Amino acid sequence: MTATLIWILVAVVAIGVYLSWTAGRLDRLHVRMDAARAALDAQLLRRASVAQELATSGVLDPAASIVLYEAAHAARQAEEEQREVAESELSQALRAVFEDPAQVEAVREAPGGEEAAHELAEAVRRVPMARRFHNDAVGAARRLREHRKVRWFRLAGHAPFPLAFEMDDEPPAALVERAA
Amino acid sequence: MRIGIVCPYSWDVPGGVQFHIRDLAEYFLRLGHDVSVLAPADDDTPLPPYVVSAGRAVPVPYNGSVARLNFGFLSAARVRRWLHEGAFDVVHIHEPTSPSLGLLTCWAASGPIVATFHTSNPRSRAMIAAYAILQAALEKISARIAVSEYARRTLVEHLGGDAVVIPNGVDVDFFASAEPKAEWQGDTIGFIGRIDEPRKGLPVLMKALPTILAARPRTRLLVAGRGDEEAAVEDLPKELRARVEFLGMISDEDKARLLRSVDLYVAPNTGGESFGIILVEAMSAGAPVLASDLDAFVQVLDQGAAGEVFANEDADALADAAVRLLADPARRTELRDRGSAHVRRFDWSTVGADILSVYETVTAGAAAVAADERTTGLRARFGLARD
Repeated sequence: MTATLIWILVAVVAIGVYLSWTAGRLDRLHVRMDAARAALDAQLLRRASVAQELATSGVLDPAASIVLYEAAHAARQAEEEQREVAESELSQALRAVFEDPAQVEAVREAPGGEEAAHELAEAVRRVPMARRFHNDAVGAARRLREHRKVRWFRLAGHAPFPLAFEMDDEPPAALVERAA
Repeated sequence: MRIGIVCPYSWDVPGGVQFHIRDLAEYFLRLGHDVSVLAPADDDTPLPPYVVSAGRAVPVPYNGSVARLNFGFLSAARVRRWLHEGAFDVVHIHEPTSPSLGLLTCWAASGPIVATFHTSNPRSRAMIAAYAILQAALEKISARIAVSEYARRTLVEHLGGDAVVIPNGVDVDFFASAEPKAEWQGDTIGFIGRIDEPRKGLPVLMKALPTILAARPRTRLLVAGRGDEEAAVEDLPKELRARVEFLGMISDEDKARLLRSVDLYVAPNTGGESFGIILVEAMSAGAPVLASDLDAFVQVLDQGAAGEVFANEDADALADAAVRLLADPARRTELRDRGSAHVRRFDWSTVGADILSVYETVTAGAAAVAADERTTGLRARFGLARD
C-alpha cells in the first residue's frame, strides 16, 4: 500500500519536473522570439529611415524621390495589421528606384553618397536576415506550443500565439551586388 | 564586441572547420574585437593566444568514421567556466549537431547564440533518436548560418526552421598574389586532397588518366596530400606512373603556388562535400577548375559559369573534359577571368562583414550571453542552485 503511494508520488513529481522543464523551454523561446522581433523592428525602421533620408537628399530625380518618400513614410507610419504590406511596398519601391546600376553609381558619386549607399545596402541586407531569424524562432515556438502537453496543461499561459512576419524583402540586386 | 567561438573538432588536427574558425577569429581580431575560441586540444599543443583548450578529445566511432569529440562532465564544466569568464556578447557555435563542444555550449548557455552548419549529412539514425534532446538544445540558437544553399536545404528538411546562407571565406588575395613555380608549370593538372580517402575522388582521376595521356602525352598530374602513394598508382600501367608526381603534404604557401602554376585543377570528389573551399581557392589563384557535378560544387562554380563540371564518378566524362580544356587555351583564359571575378564574394572582407551583420542583428535588443542556470538540474529547478 505504502509502496504504491510512494510510486504514485514519484510519478507525480517526475511529471511535474518534466512539465516545469517544458515551461522553461517555452519561456526561453518566447524571450528569443521577442528579441528577434525587436531586432526585426529595428532593422525595418533603419531601412525606412535611410530610404527617407535618401529621398529627401536631392540626390535622386524628383519622380524617384517622391516614390521612395511615399513608400518609406507609409512603412514607418503603418498600423500593425498594415505593416507587412507597407514594408513589402517599400521593398518594391527600392527595387524600382535602384533597379539600374547606373542609379546606384549616381548616388555613390554625390557628396556623402558613398556613405548613404553603403548604409542602405547594409539595411536591405539585414532585413531579410532579421526576418529569417524571427520566423525561425516563431516556427520553433509554434511547434512546441502545438504539442499536446503544452495545450492540455496550458503551459503557454496568456502569451499570444506566435505569428510569422511575411513580407517581400528581396533587396535591389544592383545595391547588394558587391562581387564586381 | 566580445565574441566567443566554439570549435567542435581538435585544434591539432587540420580540417576545414578548424581553418575556417582560425581565419574568422583572426579577421575579427584585426577589426579590434575581443575573440576567444574554445576548442578541444591536447595539453602539449601550442595554441594561439586566442584559443582556450577544452581538454583532450576522445576518439569515438560516430557516423561511420572515428571522430574525436568532447563530452562528459569535465568538458561541460569547462564550457561553463569559459562562458562565465568570457562574458561574451555573442557565442558562435560551429557544427552544433555533432555530439561535442557545440552541443554542450548550446545546452549550457543562454543569450544570443549563432550557429554555423557546415556539413549536410543525410539524416542519421542517431539524430532521429536524439531528436527530442537535440531540439531542446537547438531551439536556443537565435541565428543559424548554412555554408551553402545545399546545406541550408538539408538543415531545413531535417531540423525545420530556417537559416541564412553565408559561404565559407577565403583570403582571395593570398592566392591571387602567389608566385607560380616553374617546375609545376607546363601541361600540368593539379589535385589536392587526401590520397587514400575515396570520397576525395583520386581513383576516378586515376581511371581517367590513361585517356588523358593518350591524347596529350606531355601532361603531368601533380598530387598534393597525405596517403599511400604506392597504392594510389597501383591500377595505372607502369609506363604511365612517371607522369604522376606526389608532393606530399604541402604548406599553405606551396598550395597557393601550386594552384597558381597548374593549367587545370581537377576536383573529382564523389560526395560528402557541403561547400568546396578548395574550388574557391583554386579560382582565387586563377586556376581553371574542372569538378564533379555535386550540388555544392555546381553552386560554388556559379551553376557552371565559373568552372566546368562533369558527371560525378564518370572517368570518361572527366577525361573528355580535361583533354578538351587542355587543348583550348582560350577557354581556360575565359574560365580564369570568370573565376577570379566570381570568387570576390567569398573573400573574408565580404564573408566576415556578413557574419558580423548576423552578430549585430541578434545582439540588438538581447542581453549578453550567460551560463543558463535553468539547465543545471534539479537543484536549480527548486531554486537551490548557488549563485
